[in-house]
Amino acid sequence: MAESTDAAVEEKEVSSAASVDTDGFGGSAASEEVVLDVKDLQTHFTTRWGVVKAVDGVTYHVKRGETLGIVGESGSGKSVTALSLMRLVPSPPGKIVGGEVVLGGRNLLELSESQMTSVRGGEISIILQDPMQALNPVFSIENQVGEAIKIHQKLKGQALWDKVVDSLRKVRIPAPETRAKDYPHQLSGGMRQRVVGAIGISSAPAVIIADEPTTSLDVTIQAAYLRLLRQIQQEEGVGIVFITHDFGIVAKMCDRVAVMYAGRIVEVAEVRTIFNEPLHEYTKALIGSVPKLEEKTGRLPQIEGQPPLLYNLPPGDAFAPRSTLTFTAEDAARRPPLIEVKPEHWVQLSKSSVADYDKFAHMMPAEEAE
Amino acid sequence: MTTTENVSIPGAPGVNPNADAIISIRNLRKWYQVGGGFMGFGDKSYLKAVDDVSFDIERNKTFGLVGESGCGKTTTLKLLLGLEKPTGGQIYYEGDDVATMSKAGKTEFRRSVQAVFQDPWSSLNPRMRVRSIVGEPLEIATTMTKGQIATRVSDLLSETGLNPYQANLYPHEFSGGQRQRIGIARALALNPKVIALDEPVSALDVSIRAQIMNLLVDLQEEHGLAYLLVAHNLATVRYMCHDMAVMYLGVVQESGETEAIFNNPMHIYTNALVSAALPSHPDISREEFLLPGEVVSPINPPPGDVFMTRTPLEVDPEHKWAKERPPLVEKEPGHWVVETPWSMAADAGLKVELTGHKGV
Repeated sequence: MAESTDAAVEEKEVSSAASVDTDGFGGSAASEEVVLDVKDLQTHFTTRWGVVKAVDGVTYHVKRGETLGIVGESGSGKSVTALSLMRLVPSPPGKIVGGEVVLGGRNLLELSESQMTSVRGGEISIILQDPMQALNPVFSIENQVGEAIKIHQKLKGQALWDKVVDSLRKVRIPAPETRAKDYPHQLSGGMRQRVVGAIGISSAPAVIIADEPTTSLDVTIQAAYLRLLRQIQQEEGVGIVFITHDFGIVAKMCDRVAVMYAGRIVEVAEVRTIFNEPLHEYTKALIGSVPKLEEKTGRLPQIEGQPPLLYNLPPGDAFAPRSTLTFTAEDAARRPPLIEVKPEHWVQLSKSSVADYDKFAHMMPAEEAE
Repeated sequence: MTTTENVSIPGAPGVNPNADAIISIRNLRKWYQVGGGFMGFGDKSYLKAVDDVSFDIERNKTFGLVGESGCGKTTTLKLLLGLEKPTGGQIYYEGDDVATMSKAGKTEFRRSVQAVFQDPWSSLNPRMRVRSIVGEPLEIATTMTKGQIATRVSDLLSETGLNPYQANLYPHEFSGGQRQRIGIARALALNPKVIALDEPVSALDVSIRAQIMNLLVDLQEEHGLAYLLVAHNLATVRYMCHDMAVMYLGVVQESGETEAIFNNPMHIYTNALVSAALPSHPDISREEFLLPGEVVSPINPPPGDVFMTRTPLEVDPEHKWAKERPPLVEKEPGHWVVETPWSMAADAGLKVELTGHKGV
């Protein structure tokens, strides 16, 4: 992508807290240091219907202290991308067939399983959607938060206990010494999700993947949790990959956004650019189809049709069958390349999915390059 | 059955006396006994899921119930559907008290009030074909022949945006949005007048939500349906509902016309809910009010104002409303709120600015 990873890593620039707005939201603490660089990642599943290209050439990067939102519908490949980064894709049927995941100067896809175990939960951790499934009901909170710390930081006894309490305190769990002795069922949903968060941050990871961590929470609990995540990010400077289908969360949390459709990224840009000047028809339609709290809206524009079946993708532009633009079958048949049409604004360019195609047509690589 | 005179229905705080109500809910209560009271002695404990709730659902309009989990909104919906028996209060359908209706009247009521549930994965029987799922109410409640039912099912499927040839498929062969359409087709089968919608879009993908919400709006216009919408997403409520009520701990705290409430939320709790809702644009940054404490247990709630334990303002324990339940007060025409010295946002200086912008 735009930055050269090596040069950026050497800078080791720590984000300055002074430039951050005190309210905790929207103020970007992002620096230029790329902590996670995903290049042309491809994960396929072999099923009886054929090969499902769940992740089909995904490229993105996350900077230190930055939140990258990954938006898409179920089946767009956003969660499989996350599992691929952690190398947690069940195999078989899943297989990472290509690409690179560079974290801390190493390609995670080339590590041995035991090396990967120390990276997982150490340098990169994941916060899953359902805290009840992420926590084991028969172990105490102390046990579960302590497990990750024991593995990654080799602490024992009092030092381990202190670290557990410290992690719980970081996620603002009241009375952490008492709560640590509790079991998951004794906590409320919001508190459980905080415990999952405590496990996630306990080993000071460089990157946290948050896979829809607030979908099962109430609005007020969700707001408190998002605020907390943002505060922790500013304290620790961690890069967050926030997977969601909710544009409200994107608006509140993210610095940059990648929109996924059918296993590919169709548009990446800074969050305001995505909201103010989206280029891809899918991005436009998604944002337009959400009712607004701030005003009474007229009839919502809706996207017709269903997301495509991943084992039977059209060869070219996967969004073409749902697009309302005028285009020929030939326009849609070519696989659209992801092109940086404006600084830091990338879009999968095709006549079938970008209304302003003619403006950027000169940027299309020559046909034979395919 | 189509009397519009509701003279027999008592008025209640929070209810517009001129409403063209098809359903009137008055002083509805659902208390679950959770302990105590050995052989009739001793103090009994009650979980007051719904406590003295009154509202009207008007013909051709949507009434929204909002609040956090455990506030009693789903229990209210279940009481309307007859899935739970009320501990007290009345439900009037077309001016008649459902509890004292004749058998024929009750049958008519049950046919006229249908439901669409939240989770389209668990609300359809996986072993039934779509034609049986949608046709089942017709088989049970009408004298239609098999052929007539088949025709009606095809019509219902096309009306809800499905293809009639899909009638022979099973639920697992459909996507979430399509399944929700099947659920809506089933609800429409008996030509109901009221449909209770329990979080109808929250389990669906974003791009599908607009399709389903628009379908519901279209069906309402075509058939003159009245909806009771239970939702936690305030933006959905503002889009769909004409009137709404905000519930906390089984009690309505603020109710009235949706636009009146969103333009001027008066109760601290409503303001807290709105302030916590996600913005629709990155430039909008509402200041969040986090209420002190956590939602208290609905088991033996305080005898006075249930909101008392969450207010950031000082509560005088000797005040009348700390000892008995305060009523809804009409502060503006068609806009009701529970007014106590500690419940009003204006008194706490906690007025949410809906389109509050950053850097102000």
